[in-house]
Amino acid sequence: MAIVTSSNKACSINPLKMSQPIGGSFAFLGLRGAMPLLHGSQGCTSFGLTLFVRHFKEAVPLQTTAMSEVATVLGGYENVEQAILNIYNRTNPEIIGINSTGVTETKGDDVEAFIRLIRQKHPQLEKLPLVYVSTPDFKEAFQDGWEKTVARMVEVLVEPVDAAAPRDPSRINVLPGCHLTPGDLDELRAIVEDFGLRPSFLPDIAGSLDGHIPDEFTSTTIGGIGVDEIATMGQAAWTIAIGAQMRCAAEAMQAKTGVPFRLFERVCGLVPNDVFIAFVSEISGRPVPAKYRRQRGQLADAMLDAHFHIGGRKLAIGAEPDLLFDVSSMLYEMGVQVTAAVTTTASSVLERVAIGEVVIGDLEDLEDLAKARDCDLLISHSHGRQAAARLNIPFFRAGFPMFDRLGAAYQMTVGYRGTRELIFALANLIVADREDNRQPTPDTWRTT
Amino acid sequence: MTSLSATIQDVFNQADCAKNTNKSQAVRKKGCTKQLQPGGAAGGCAFDGAKIALQPFTDVAHLVHGPIACEGNSWDNRGSASSGSDLWRRSFTTDMQEIDVLFGGEKRLYKAIKEIIAKYDPAAIFVYQTCVPAMIGDDINAVCKVAATKLGKPVIPVNSPGFLGSKNLGNKLAGEALLGCVIGTQEPDFVTPYDINLIGEYNLSGELWQIKPLLDELGIRILSCISGDGKYREVASSHRARAAMMVCSKSMINVASKMRERYGIPFFEGSFYGIQDSSESLRKIAHMLIERGAATELMERTEAAVTREETKARAAIECFKPRLAGKKVLLVTGGVKSWSVVAALQEVGLEIVGTSVKKSTREDKERIQKMMGHDAHMIEELAPREMYKMLKEAKADIMLSGGKSQFVALKATTPWLDINQERCYAYMGYVGIVKLIEEIDKALHNPVWDQLRNPAPWIDDDLTWHAKALAQMDVRSAEVAPKPLRVEKASPVKRPCSCEAVGRRVIKDAGAAHRLTIVDGAAPRTGASVCRASKETIQDVTAHCASMPQAAE
Repeated sequence: MAIVTSSNKACSINPLKMSQPIGGSFAFLGLRGAMPLLHGSQGCTSFGLTLFVRHFKEAVPLQTTAMSEVATVLGGYENVEQAILNIYNRTNPEIIGINSTGVTETKGDDVEAFIRLIRQKHPQLEKLPLVYVSTPDFKEAFQDGWEKTVARMVEVLVEPVDAAAPRDPSRINVLPGCHLTPGDLDELRAIVEDFGLRPSFLPDIAGSLDGHIPDEFTSTTIGGIGVDEIATMGQAAWTIAIGAQMRCAAEAMQAKTGVPFRLFERVCGLVPNDVFIAFVSEISGRPVPAKYRRQRGQLADAMLDAHFHIGGRKLAIGAEPDLLFDVSSMLYEMGVQVTAAVTTTASSVLERVAIGEVVIGDLEDLEDLAKARDCDLLISHSHGRQAAARLNIPFFRAGFPMFDRLGAAYQMTVGYRGTRELIFALANLIVADREDNRQPTPDTWRTT
Repeated sequence: MTSLSATIQDVFNQADCAKNTNKSQAVRKKGCTKQLQPGGAAGGCAFDGAKIALQPFTDVAHLVHGPIACEGNSWDNRGSASSGSDLWRRSFTTDMQEIDVLFGGEKRLYKAIKEIIAKYDPAAIFVYQTCVPAMIGDDINAVCKVAATKLGKPVIPVNSPGFLGSKNLGNKLAGEALLGCVIGTQEPDFVTPYDINLIGEYNLSGELWQIKPLLDELGIRILSCISGDGKYREVASSHRARAAMMVCSKSMINVASKMRERYGIPFFEGSFYGIQDSSESLRKIAHMLIERGAATELMERTEAAVTREETKARAAIECFKPRLAGKKVLLVTGGVKSWSVVAALQEVGLEIVGTSVKKSTREDKERIQKMMGHDAHMIEELAPREMYKMLKEAKADIMLSGGKSQFVALKATTPWLDINQERCYAYMGYVGIVKLIEEIDKALHNPVWDQLRNPAPWIDDDLTWHAKALAQMDVRSAEVAPKPLRVEKASPVKRPCSCEAVGRRVIKDAGAAHRLTIVDGAAPRTGASVCRASKETIQDVTAHCASMPQAAE
């Protein structure tokens, strides 16, 4: 349906996009006892770190190989070696996840080879998982970094299983996309557990970034899925992947262990959740619990109440492909006209966004389109707030980063309940905006 | 690259940097930026530093030449305030793609500059060099030169790829860019004998505006503030100032000292944090201006203003004294702030249990010594684990630091206040220091702390996460201890002092139940022996208990 175009500006203004390596680090943050390591100069890490801290309001472990000018030119073997040893000695991690950056990719460091050499030289590291993913800054975006990193985790950390071996029917794997929040993961966990299933989330940022106070001080991640649990994911009966970005990882899982997968491109909205719940009911062999029948009714009622306010709105949305598709589709089904859509990177779901054209571009493109097409609702991450202020239209924050509001980790869009919360939040925003800024005066009817 | 390395050498050779002059020629040559350790803590890079230093120029476009990481991950993360243009809040980057890496990004850069001028018509464009284009050899100097000639706008190259070094080096390289291409390129509309430059003041949270009204009142004009709320024209004509103040940081000392060398503008290093420092700085500004031709009555007016403001500020903080007396503060911040706020904090009776001196000069340290006495707790390096332990054991009631360490304090359920760049409030000048004390009071006396420190009713006292964390920490420190003595200390049987095993809460409860007022009374009832280290803690608790109504048992 939608054509995907790319803006041909030389200068990106107010970027919507963030870089691929920190998307990769984000995935590693969902592993227990993990230390994500960016192979690049110190700023590469420092910027990502600040971004995560501002979004989650949590301490975030993230390390750098601190490439200097000379090391960059000569090659970073020694820096990678030293970084791994330092992290190993100081923080005693269960896993180190390494992502490359623009500088080290320009030089062409062969980190896989480095790791083999380091393992040879330092036998004490024999048991320490080191997962490396190539993620140059000058290609693709945040979501791609997550996608590649999770697929690589599956390839490296999951133990192969004989296809004929018996599976544990109560175990399922869940591969969530980076558009889902810790709150979303908790909700999904609750849903599948209510069907008597035991889910393994890879990665599980709910365990590490849900904002709890840990018992101990640790310099690595404070929760998430353990390496031991990942290793056994091949014993599960099913893999559920959420978001088109997780197809690679799901396929990797199937190739390695024979676990069949089902991909849900979206889990926000009434129909997608019907499909999701029906599937979980089917694989678990259990009827849908009364709780979810009731929640479905609640969502239906919320949709009835909110459609007065949301219906007919002209939406401008800037988000990474899966989030864009997810939220805009739900709103389209609520009567919204998706009028301007800007995203960061190519994806198969973009064709199915309910709009004629999706632009791969920046927030300036979104602002210009929203202005030209007279949009009256803007959804993007926090950086969109300046554009919304200039356009004087209500602004809803969704996605990463969300640094100027609290509770980014709990914003929910999944399940009947999450969809209802999102609908209420949006409808209330519109109601408040109308009360605050759009009270009719004797003159206003003339101007429109 | 030769000219860039020459610039860096030059930056390191600052005669006015006290830290530098103490070094031998050979050491000085190595430069003062320690190379960061791979896998050690991560600070910002040189690009970060350059951007931080120049971003507060509000009417210029800041164009970052590099892949998306450098700008896409970092824009809009500092709260400088502008009284005019908001162009600085927009983000511009060439977002280099693989194809640019292969074939060079110069053409894209030129086109980007052209697009920006066409769309936004900025006063000037600052072009920041980052690692990737530096590696592939993009010559931003040449591109900027061509663009400036062809497009008729100042286009300033800022050579500061991240891999050159730290944030601090980046600050200085930004200064070099100003010295090389901006300062002295325009003339001010008029000059007065009361014109000053402020250098290294970034107007975070609008701090500059806490001082500006005072200067206005005295008839002193800020010809240029480099770079808080700055405008391109102001900095370009800043070479006509009569005096300069290096505000609160040596980050751009090269700008101050080279402007003295080239244009004869004398400068001093001062701070507007704390009451005394603010007064001192105002006096120095007046003094310098008078020396360079301003009327001598300026000093009288300055004295009058200083007296008035000091009285006002002191009166305002008076009411906090009974609430804050004896509370212990841990100060983890950089450079000048490590001592400049100390006096003000001491004035309300706060006790400084430690101040970090990691980024301080010898001079800074001497000042701390003078202020806090010989037992001044100067902390060279405080690892997060140590910091956590210190707070957990209640050796400090509140920590003042930058955002990076906030979670160490918060997770230890200890009050914390941001006094670095991400803070929400401005703490400069006489108004600011009152605000700081007010905020400390608010943080310390917030009722959340008592609720959060108490465990859930169904949790055994020994199993609270507080207790577990402390116990775990003991084991950890025993593990890393090289001497067998430390291991012995960690073993519960041979623990020379049992106080550590006794929670603060236990002492507190016992104290409340028995209305204890002396340390000796607490010991037998709680099992805490009275060693020197813990005496203070128990004293603290019992003193508190004495003033509380008796708890029902």
